[in-house]
Amino acid sequence: MAPVVHLDRIERTFPGTPPVHALRESNLTIEKNDYIAIVGPSGSGKSTLLHLLGLLDRPTGGTYWLDGVDTASLDDTARAGMRAERIGFVFQAFHLLGHRTAVENVMLAEIHRRGGSKQRRERAEAALRRVGLGHRIDAFPTTLSGGERQRVAVARALIGGPSLLLADEPTGNLDSKTSESILQLFDDLHAAGLTLAVITHDDDVSERAQRRIRIHDGVLTPLTELVDRGAR
Amino acid sequence: MLAEATAALTARPARTLLTALGTVLGVAALVATLGLAKTAGGQIVGRFDELEATRVEVSLDNGGFFGQQDNRPNPLPFDAEDRLTRLNGVAFAGTKTSIDLEGAFARSVPVVDPLGQTEFQVPMFSASPGLFDAVRGQLETGRWYDHGHNDRGDAVAILGPAAAERLNINRVDASPAIFVGEHTLAVVGIIRAVEREPDLLSAIIVPDGWARTTFGIVAPEEVHIDVEVGAAQLIGSQAAIALAPNDPDLLRVAVPPSPGQVRRDVEGDVNALFLVLGGISLLVGAIGIANVTLVSVLERTGEIGLRRALGATRRHIATQFMFESAVLGALAGLIGASLGVLVVVGVSANREWTPILDEWIPLAAPPAGAIVGLVAGLYPALKAASIEPISALRSG
Ligand SMILES: Nc1ncnc2c1ncn2[C@@H]1O[C@H](COP(=O)(O)OP(=O)(O)OP(=O)(O)O)[C@@H](O)[C@H]1O
Ligand SMILES: [Mg+2]
Repeated sequence: MAPVVHLDRIERTFPGTPPVHALRESNLTIEKNDYIAIVGPSGSGKSTLLHLLGLLDRPTGGTYWLDGVDTASLDDTARAGMRAERIGFVFQAFHLLGHRTAVENVMLAEIHRRGGSKQRRERAEAALRRVGLGHRIDAFPTTLSGGERQRVAVARALIGGPSLLLADEPTGNLDSKTSESILQLFDDLHAAGLTLAVITHDDDVSERAQRRIRIHDGVLTPLTELVDRGAR
Repeated sequence: MLAEATAALTARPARTLLTALGTVLGVAALVATLGLAKTAGGQIVGRFDELEATRVEVSLDNGGFFGQQDNRPNPLPFDAEDRLTRLNGVAFAGTKTSIDLEGAFARSVPVVDPLGQTEFQVPMFSASPGLFDAVRGQLETGRWYDHGHNDRGDAVAILGPAAAERLNINRVDASPAIFVGEHTLAVVGIIRAVEREPDLLSAIIVPDGWARTTFGIVAPEEVHIDVEVGAAQLIGSQAAIALAPNDPDLLRVAVPPSPGQVRRDVEGDVNALFLVLGGISLLVGAIGIANVTLVSVLERTGEIGLRRALGATRRHIATQFMFESAVLGALAGLIGASLGVLVVVGVSANREWTPILDEWIPLAAPPAGAIVGLVAGLYPALKAASIEPISALRSG
């Protein structure tokens, strides 16, 4: 079976004087049910990598296979379709719509997805229950705590059953206790079979992952291979 | 997509309404304009045109500009009055014929006074008695001559006020005499005013009967008819046959333009003016929508980035913003149409007019508003679609 992600000598150069080499000749494979952490200092290219993985940006060199599909062969509409069906995003800034309730924010993820819109609300409510927010289904984001907002965002990323969950500094705006509960949620999702790629510069976060990959000046280096996280 | 658009609009109702205000006013102005123009049009016809709308005039058709009047026999009968008053819808009718006095002077004293001017050239018309009613004449003093005078060919005269003044006659109880050339006429009445044919005011008017024997006129020149309101078109079509059953084509019948036509003309004038005003306010409204939508696009960059990440294409984003401004425009059209109808009803009530409004106007207003919204939303929508998701997400 094809890996979820396979990057072959991927490059991303931003034009300018001088041009910025945000990613250089990088290789990366993420298998199904992998949980990887990408760590690196600010400006090292973490977000650039995540945007490439999430099909929000195109590489300037190399090849990116997502679920065995060469993404270079896809037009914009097909890429948008892949984002809708196979990728879930969680951002540092949550990106919830302030005038929609929690469940409406979650339902937003299904607008551009194939399939019946009939049970959308039920699926969204189920996703919220899964992240432990069954009691705040109709709350507005402004009335939710930071941790609860990030849970809504995770529920939104989960609802369609994505191949890959991409998180960019998911705990960047949260205190350590709240971070811990989000990380616990990620552990649970991973245990349930989800594939995760989490970007962070926080060691506490990266240590939870199966694999850590270091990025520096646009170059990827594996730090730990398949850490045995103890018997479960 | 529609649900998405309305959700975004209902999130901030006050701001949505402010955005739509320009379009609301524009549509209100348009609807009020169309309604008021139509209402006023109805009024103008009803009020000001009564005099013109009840007037029918029959004369010999001289064949247009190059016509040769000489070759055509004049079929107008002297009993036109009798023939026409039999028609349903004719109130009054009378003949009017100008008489060529060949330069003869009129005077009120039998002897020419060499010291003062006592002789004047005064125009003369012969008329059947019904003419005075047909032109809605009013007497200053005396009486009209009647059918008896006319049938007998009596030498009597009615003076227009200007003619009476020149001839220095102001009392008629003794039927003073005037002299026209070698003829003597007894003045029986002086006109105060006429509503039609004002040339009668400066003339001497004599019965047809006298004019026929004295001047040998063979047929009346014109027949004037006062018809009942609404009967002008009908009488116009019947008069020629009633007057000259054998050669109706020789006659020219002048009827007032139909009330519908007059109303359309008036409406057209008022409409044209106010449509321009309404159009301008609609344009201002559209610019307002465009402006605010543009601001909201910039404000919602994060949302746009998120939607792209959730699988929206550029086209989806553009469509969403177009929908938003179209819904806004339709809403504005609806409110504006309601306001406009209220204005029409209010103004009409105030003036005691009957409000008239085509029912398609309030129905067409929301779609029209939606189109305005679509046009106004085009540029902001394209702007929103061109935003790169990465930078949009970065901006929060
Ligand atoms: N659109 C762009 N144009 C030019 N340079 C860019 C652009 N986007 C990113 N870069 C540059 O690419 C490099 C990597 O940026 P990136 O956002 O991936 O860093 P990061 O690792 O996510 O940093 P942080 O931890 O601060 O978020 C940086 O030097 C940045 O300035
Ligand atoms: Mg970053």
